[in-house]
Amino acid sequence: MSEKTAITLHINGKDYAIAVEPRRTLADAIREDCGQTGTHIGCEHGVCGACTVIVDDAPVRSCLMFAVQAEGKKIRTVEGLADGDTLHPMQQAFMDNHGLQCGFCTPGFLMLAVGVLEREPDISDEDLIDVLSSNLCRCTGYQNIIKSVRAAAAEMRK
Amino acid sequence: MAEPKNKFIGRSVPRLEDRPLLTGQGRFAADINFPGQWAMRVVRSPLAHGRLKGIDAAAALAMPGVQAVWTFADVAHIPPIPFRLTGLVELEPYQQRVLASEYVRYVGEPVAVVFADDAYIAEDAAEAVELDIELLAPVMNATDEPGPFDDGKRTEPSVIVKSYGDVEAAFKQADSIVTLELSVGRHSGVPLETRGAIGFYNEALGRLEMHGAAKVPHWNRDTMGRMLGRTRDDFQLFEGHVGGGFGIRGEIYPEDVIVCAAALHFKKPIKWIEDRREHLISANHSRQQTHRIRAAIDRQGRILAIDDEFFHDNGAYMRTHAATVPDLAAAMLPGPYRVPAYRATGHIRLTNKTPCGTYRAPGRYESTFVRERLIDAIAANVGVDKVEIRKRNLLPPSAMPYALNLDTLGTHIVYDSGDYALLLDKALERAGWTKLQKEIAKRRANGEKVGAGVAMFVEKSGLGPFDDVRLEVKADGGIELVTGSASVGQGIETAMAQICAETLGVDYATVNVVHGQTDRIGRGLGAFASRVTVMTGEATRRVSERLRAKALTLAAELMQADAEQLDIVDGEIVREGGAGPSMKLSDLAKAKPGELIAEDSFESKHMVYPYGVHVAVVTIDAETGAVTIEKYVMAYDVGRAVNPTLVEGQIAGGLAQGIGGALYEEFLYDESGEPLSVTFADYLMPTAHEVPASSILITEDAPSPLNPLGLKGAGEGGTNPVGAAIASAIDDALQRPGAILTLPVTPQRLRAICRK
Repeated sequence: MSEKTAITLHINGKDYAIAVEPRRTLADAIREDCGQTGTHIGCEHGVCGACTVIVDDAPVRSCLMFAVQAEGKKIRTVEGLADGDTLHPMQQAFMDNHGLQCGFCTPGFLMLAVGVLEREPDISDEDLIDVLSSNLCRCTGYQNIIKSVRAAAAEMRK
Repeated sequence: MAEPKNKFIGRSVPRLEDRPLLTGQGRFAADINFPGQWAMRVVRSPLAHGRLKGIDAAAALAMPGVQAVWTFADVAHIPPIPFRLTGLVELEPYQQRVLASEYVRYVGEPVAVVFADDAYIAEDAAEAVELDIELLAPVMNATDEPGPFDDGKRTEPSVIVKSYGDVEAAFKQADSIVTLELSVGRHSGVPLETRGAIGFYNEALGRLEMHGAAKVPHWNRDTMGRMLGRTRDDFQLFEGHVGGGFGIRGEIYPEDVIVCAAALHFKKPIKWIEDRREHLISANHSRQQTHRIRAAIDRQGRILAIDDEFFHDNGAYMRTHAATVPDLAAAMLPGPYRVPAYRATGHIRLTNKTPCGTYRAPGRYESTFVRERLIDAIAANVGVDKVEIRKRNLLPPSAMPYALNLDTLGTHIVYDSGDYALLLDKALERAGWTKLQKEIAKRRANGEKVGAGVAMFVEKSGLGPFDDVRLEVKADGGIELVTGSASVGQGIETAMAQICAETLGVDYATVNVVHGQTDRIGRGLGAFASRVTVMTGEATRRVSERLRAKALTLAAELMQADAEQLDIVDGEIVREGGAGPSMKLSDLAKAKPGELIAEDSFESKHMVYPYGVHVAVVTIDAETGAVTIEKYVMAYDVGRAVNPTLVEGQIAGGLAQGIGGALYEEFLYDESGEPLSVTFADYLMPTAHEVPASSILITEDAPSPLNPLGLKGAGEGGTNPVGAAIASAIDDALQRPGAILTLPVTPQRLRAICRK
């Protein structure tokens, strides 16, 4: 154990002044210290991607980053996707295409897909499946997730 | 499917569950917090087998923020965790205590727990707890000769025998006998949400609470209540969102009992959230069986008898499912075929590995693999193709209902309805089988290793014996359906709302379905065995009819009309034909406060039996041992699909898990019992790369005669025959019948087979 450091996390446009140990993961800080529990923890070793958030416009596994490393960076989580009652096209596409069942992996897939499509709106189907294969889902068998992301990609290009 | 006339049943309406899950507002176990809570961390055995001689917690207790450490002495008053299903008396001595006492029997077994101010401190302190364990030799193979397993116990606590007909006589008369030895690897459900439980003693109400409940909250409340001396009134379980179930989540585990006991003892909220390594070594494993099977056949390849002896590796203890998995394997093995005489001898064996329970299509994933491999072997023996041999042996529709003369889960197995040959034809047509065979032959001639496989199966679903529901129209127009079932993410809220809305005459989106809350309804059986749509669904239809009749009677009075002339359409009570004044159901609820409430139940002694066909096409890379699934077709007759999109979702998701068990997922151990599959880097679950786009054909040719809607459960048919279908396709690709005898067909195994 060691002393806590005061840092400020900038999440979904809001500042959270928190004190964390250097070893505290970004995932734990987002969830426990900032109360944003939409980001889920599925493996804590960077394989499942349930904890994916967008840090400075890139999808990041928040279990593999320390909270102190995220200071001064712009963090986006699933809570920041919708615009009031209006869902983000990605959220809407998951709803329209039955892209979720239990919903545990969903925030990670949403942030992964949004992060990638914002950088690469015309991503090829092959590359898209490459990207989506970096997260795990245990319920859907992925086909409806792929369908959802393709539908959202078309919507986001409009 | 014909376009349904219904507004809701049979329609792929959007799910009611989705919005909170998409916006980060879900409430999974780890999202639940109480002020002043302590975090619990489990100290687990690092050895597969040993005598526990001492635990030194002094260093842990001296760490700042550590509140307490419990060992067996602190929980000695708590009895072992009882059986929920198939609880044979002779298995009871093998139940697991919540903490190890004299022996440790698998890596991951809880031996102590640390309570601390937060999870980081608890984890540090758990590492500081010193264990003195005298190493003993582990038992690692369930097929070894049975022997001692500590304390006068045996590695073979029981042998299940299920049989009918004269097996010996059939083998004497046989024209030929086909024999195989087949194994299925150890794997499991592995939901994306790890387990978690929060115990809270609510002093204001004098009530113990457990949050993070799943699957079977009422049974767990009643059972843990008995273990801890609580009554059903002062102990309640609360289900939030559940991140996947698949059979393994929501059973009573040691950790659930300890958080409740500790919350009661310390009068502090106790939160336990498992990490992934813990999950992979301590939550239920499943599936590991070795079968030695033989069939007596005639010249045409018709089955005269099947005799199967199998060895079920249950790991170190008998958990809540007791003999369920081997029992189902034995009872469901005959499948869709006529088997005049049958005998299954299932050896329940203990080893120094993680204990086992059910996993989606429990016992059937295993025995379908075994049976369908046997059918393929029979085809090879008599020299006919794999489709023809199945047609020769299928039960005809005229045999329905078909009593199998076997029991499982306390019910007689009676296939309620089915036209197996029709579904086989439909599946082959969907797969373009004839054209496919020609294409495969051409590609093979060009040197490609490509092949097609078929597997058939009968599933079971709708396990009773009862389900209760309560339905109320509230004064604000909201409709509340309270059930005793549970959600594991499968869409129960939507499906129940559809059945209620259709029957009552309201919009499904106005129906709020309550589940998993033990304080809201007296009893309930939860979500397992593909039971909810059938059992809770029929109870929902009944209560909706009852409430509708009640509403119309009350409205008739106010509207000065005959109840028979009234109807409910979109939540509005109208005269038939639509003429004259009408009344909103919510206004009726306001006018008659507290009266628009009804309760009803559905009881059933028999399960209902959906059935299916899977067709797989694979290519093989003999150099790397990689298998690529090119095409996958699944035909499943579910009697009646309440929401076809959700049924397809179940089937597609089931396929991914089936592929995992067929090609990738395996809990491996070294000789000392050290688990080797403890991260997602070693335990390989299929990703979007490995799961192919599949084609799903839902049919409704054989509605169940056992409930008016004709419902059968759809949760397990995507998983059941996947190992069988892929093995059959790989054999075909290799042009070597019987090449695949072991699942999963990992690259290493397939390369070895290719080099033989």
